[in-house]
Amino acid sequence: MGSPLVKLIAQRVALGFLLLFAVSVLIFAGTQILPGDVAQSILGQSATPQAVANLREQLGLNQPAYVRYFDWLGGILTGDLGTALTTRQDIATTLLPRLWNTLFLAFWAAVVAVPLAILLGLLAVRYRNGPVDKAISGFALASTSVPEFFVGYLLVYFFAVKWQWFPPISTVYDSMPFWQKLQAIALPAAALTLVVLAHMMRMTRAAILNVMQSAYIETAELKGLRPLDIIRRHAFPNAIAPIVNVVMLNLAYLVVGVVVVEVIFVYPGMGQYLVDHVAKRDVPVVQAVGLIFAAVYITLNIVADIAAIAANPRLRHPK
Amino acid sequence: MARTPTKGRKDGPLLDIRNLRIEATVYPPGEQPRNVVLVDDVSLKLERGKVLGLIGESGAGKSTIGLSSMGFGRGGVRITGGEILLNGRDIRKGNTGDVRRLRGKEVCYVAQSAAAAFNPAHKLMDQVVEASVEHRVSSRAEAEKRAVEFFRKLSLPSPETIGDRYPHQVSGGQLQRVMTAMALCSEPDLIVFDEPTTALDVTTQIDVLAAIKEAIRDTHVAALYITHDLAVVAQVSDEIMVLRHGKLVEWGGTQQIIKEPRQEYTNALVSVHHIEHQEHAPGNKPLLSVKNVTASYGNSAIKVLKDVSVDIYPGQTLAVVGESGSGKSTLARAITGLLPPESGSVAFEDRTLANRLADRPRADLRELQMIYQMADVAMNPRQTVATIIGRPLEFYFKMRGRERDQRVAELLEKIEMGKGFADRYPAELSGGQKQRVCIARALAAKPKLIICDEVTSALDPLVANGILKLLLGLQKEEDVAYLFITHDLATVKSIADSIAVMYRGEVVRYGPKSQVLSPPFDDYTDLLLRSVPEMEIGWLEKAIQGRKMVGAGN
Amino acid sequence: MSFRSIPIGAAIGLLLTFLFLAAAIFAPWLAPFGKAQIVGDVWAPMSSTHWLGTDNIGRDLLSRIIFGARTTIFIAVLATMLSFTLGAVLGFTAAVVGGWFDMVMSRLVDLLMAIPTLIFGLVVLSVLPTTIVTLILVMGILDSTRVYRLARAVAVDINVMDFVEAARLRGEGTVWVIFREILPNALSPLISELGLRFIYAVLFLSALSFLGLGVQPPEADWGGMVKENKDGIVFGIGAALIPAAAIAALAISVNLVADWVLNRTTSLKGGRG
Repeated sequence: MGSPLVKLIAQRVALGFLLLFAVSVLIFAGTQILPGDVAQSILGQSATPQAVANLREQLGLNQPAYVRYFDWLGGILTGDLGTALTTRQDIATTLLPRLWNTLFLAFWAAVVAVPLAILLGLLAVRYRNGPVDKAISGFALASTSVPEFFVGYLLVYFFAVKWQWFPPISTVYDSMPFWQKLQAIALPAAALTLVVLAHMMRMTRAAILNVMQSAYIETAELKGLRPLDIIRRHAFPNAIAPIVNVVMLNLAYLVVGVVVVEVIFVYPGMGQYLVDHVAKRDVPVVQAVGLIFAAVYITLNIVADIAAIAANPRLRHPK
Repeated sequence: MARTPTKGRKDGPLLDIRNLRIEATVYPPGEQPRNVVLVDDVSLKLERGKVLGLIGESGAGKSTIGLSSMGFGRGGVRITGGEILLNGRDIRKGNTGDVRRLRGKEVCYVAQSAAAAFNPAHKLMDQVVEASVEHRVSSRAEAEKRAVEFFRKLSLPSPETIGDRYPHQVSGGQLQRVMTAMALCSEPDLIVFDEPTTALDVTTQIDVLAAIKEAIRDTHVAALYITHDLAVVAQVSDEIMVLRHGKLVEWGGTQQIIKEPRQEYTNALVSVHHIEHQEHAPGNKPLLSVKNVTASYGNSAIKVLKDVSVDIYPGQTLAVVGESGSGKSTLARAITGLLPPESGSVAFEDRTLANRLADRPRADLRELQMIYQMADVAMNPRQTVATIIGRPLEFYFKMRGRERDQRVAELLEKIEMGKGFADRYPAELSGGQKQRVCIARALAAKPKLIICDEVTSALDPLVANGILKLLLGLQKEEDVAYLFITHDLATVKSIADSIAVMYRGEVVRYGPKSQVLSPPFDDYTDLLLRSVPEMEIGWLEKAIQGRKMVGAGN
Repeated sequence: MSFRSIPIGAAIGLLLTFLFLAAAIFAPWLAPFGKAQIVGDVWAPMSSTHWLGTDNIGRDLLSRIIFGARTTIFIAVLATMLSFTLGAVLGFTAAVVGGWFDMVMSRLVDLLMAIPTLIFGLVVLSVLPTTIVTLILVMGILDSTRVYRLARAVAVDINVMDFVEAARLRGEGTVWVIFREILPNALSPLISELGLRFIYAVLFLSALSFLGLGVQPPEADWGGMVKENKDGIVFGIGAALIPAAAIAALAISVNLVADWVLNRTTSLKGGRG
């Protein structure tokens, strides 16, 4: 492990923090772009002037935007996400269990989707241009064009209503036994898996194909190595970085896909929470949840970059 | 280097290919897949310990034949007919396991680009001994010992430790030798060398070539040596086989092929560099005068050009010769204004040219045209030949409609292509035709000087020869001067009036051709001249012995 | 070329895309019933009068699908046009001009792309009025980042090629370089991207409407219709699946066409093969 590698990774992490900071500014600014009075538009035209004035006071709208931003950022850094306008509840307290629920769902979806996508990607490469490959890429084309709710409701229609194998609504609560919890999230996890599977598979296929077409694979073949040894010794060490990259990018995608899937299955996660409060125009909640989603997304992207850097032999063994 | 030459189980030839036929399916985008025949009815015999050179232009099928001896086809390539007998058994009849056991054990391969052929993730030694260990030729320790011996034999630096390095930590010329060591390591009966020196600079090529030749001689391994360069193959081969379009043209002893070729095509390949050109003496007033030009990229302290001064006379050719990194292409960029010089000046006729391209008037731009190495990226693929040649006519002379079309037709005539090519797209032309269109585009501006940047180095020798002849003919007709940038001294000898030799950003030798090419030489020019392969058996040994310095690739 | 040379997948895609476009344009003449007209029972099954049955308050589902095509395609087309114009113009300019303009634009786009589009869209929509104009603007601007990246990358690649240098050496101006040298060569990836951006716009709009944050009632697009009818699913009524399937069918058709166009226009022989 040479120092340029450490330096590059440190740079990437620092850049990540910088990006996160810029994103917080952007999210804050995104809720300030409305021409006119935010309080008025939140409450609607029929609100009394007194109510509007109260809300202005509560939102701190009488202060300049940058002061409000730093107040907000300071709160977040100390774990205080503010108070919801509509329910008057502390956002952090409400959010935490929902964050766990969302991560629980995303985790199990990933546990199924990642190995399956890599396996199918390998199959597509192994039988390249054959019927298996064609079927897989046809499926990929179709599934990148299908909306999440189509997949979701198809699953509900057949597995929950017609055959009644799983509940149509994924209710989970803290005291629920683990096994029941898994059963409850089976359908949303399946929907999420289907949503990311095709994309991940396609990218895995491309990544492996790229490695398999390298001249050094031909060299290995001309040494008379066994196909399995070629893959294990020569393809795998070079394919691992692009595959980790693909997986991380798709996990990021999966975390976003969660929003719609949670609404379909009425799952008590962060996505559902976000959508409800966008409709109610509860700005503090939207800011907090938006920032958390963005943070998860950025972190996964940075991990993807670091994986690519760490696996590059030119950086690991400098001249 | 003790070696048992009796590993072969049978008498008779080591490799006996009979009536080989190889086909491939190509998938042009947006078209129906097509079947093409790459190799048609080719037979060859190779005795143990002998070297057979396979030579031909691109598309001759030489690499395909070489790989077929390992039962391998690249991409969708299929061996569809004939027999390939190696050590007496037909490898086409063997199953995949049989073929696998012969690869890396009985036959090994040395690729053109060793840089791509080594796995970037593993140390060199692990890759060099891999085949020996896999096929149980010897234990790993023995294989490593043998590898170090080969490293030493191939005069690689620090042979004991070079195996601990990763491929990207070693230079191109060295990697090529490591790859040769890798092929030798499992003590095969046959090695297929596929253009092993083509990607290298000439002064590096000569060392690698010598190392390969010595290794072949000392280990008594047989070899198929594939290349497009007849002079190179003449140094290492016992016999030479000339191929064209997948068919056999001529097969004979090296001496016979290069001295008494029986086929017309072989004769053309042998005499490819012979172009009659009468050297002109420099005139009294130069057309273009480069004075003390210094330049660098970005703000870096490394000067790519150092105090360069050369003159070009009207209607004459100045050849700028050097290896990669010598700064010869940068000189062209400085003259055209693409890379404004830091100091020094460029004068054209009586006026000094503006340093920056953007500051030059259109008339200056017109009189100085350029032709590139890669003709296919030098033309907009979305424009037809007529548009490509017609644009300078519109741009500089405001020609429109019939007048322009008329002139385009004349220019097509001049480059020996018919009117029928006017509405073709570049993708529909061959390599030589593309370069001709680029020449026509330059001529359309009626320039006084054309900069030719390696214009023939991407082309097959015969095609390149045609381009050179065309350029010389046009020079007589149009009285245009050339600044001819090249790494190929043979080209220089045939077309230049004066020569500038560049080395690491400096002009080390400059003057009329006859003077530059006659002794006494400075060390670098001597090395460069001695490194150019000559079609002469024994040239290699003489060249290695006689030189005063060693190439930079070591 | 002839119609025979169109592969079967692309032909199906073309046909369906054409049908959807026709439905969107001629909706009032094609639809058997009015958009908001209540004509039967709640969630009536498919019948000869109501080919696709009726919806959650007894409106004819087929008619609503036809009118919904109009809303969905109209908004998606405008958003795509906006994102394309914005992204392509800025991307090309950044590539050719370079310097600080390129730097500022590229960093800004990096920043915007660091937040998932749906999340940032939701954040912005939490304060903006939900009108069709807002939707088009938000979708168009957010999506233009992707077009910018592609356009810039493609243009940068072409910009360093010898034929562009040859044009510069000839003395050609920036306008000629962009429109005559770069654009014709950037067209085929851009056209295929146009298809993908349109699909993305359709899916994004549908997702927003499904979440209740896109097109508002009484106007209806396909995503909104899924939302209206989703409660039927648990009772085994598939009405919500029909608009969802329509979205999928439109997206797949356009995808097939885009794929084919990319393959065709990559040919450098002027389509002569």
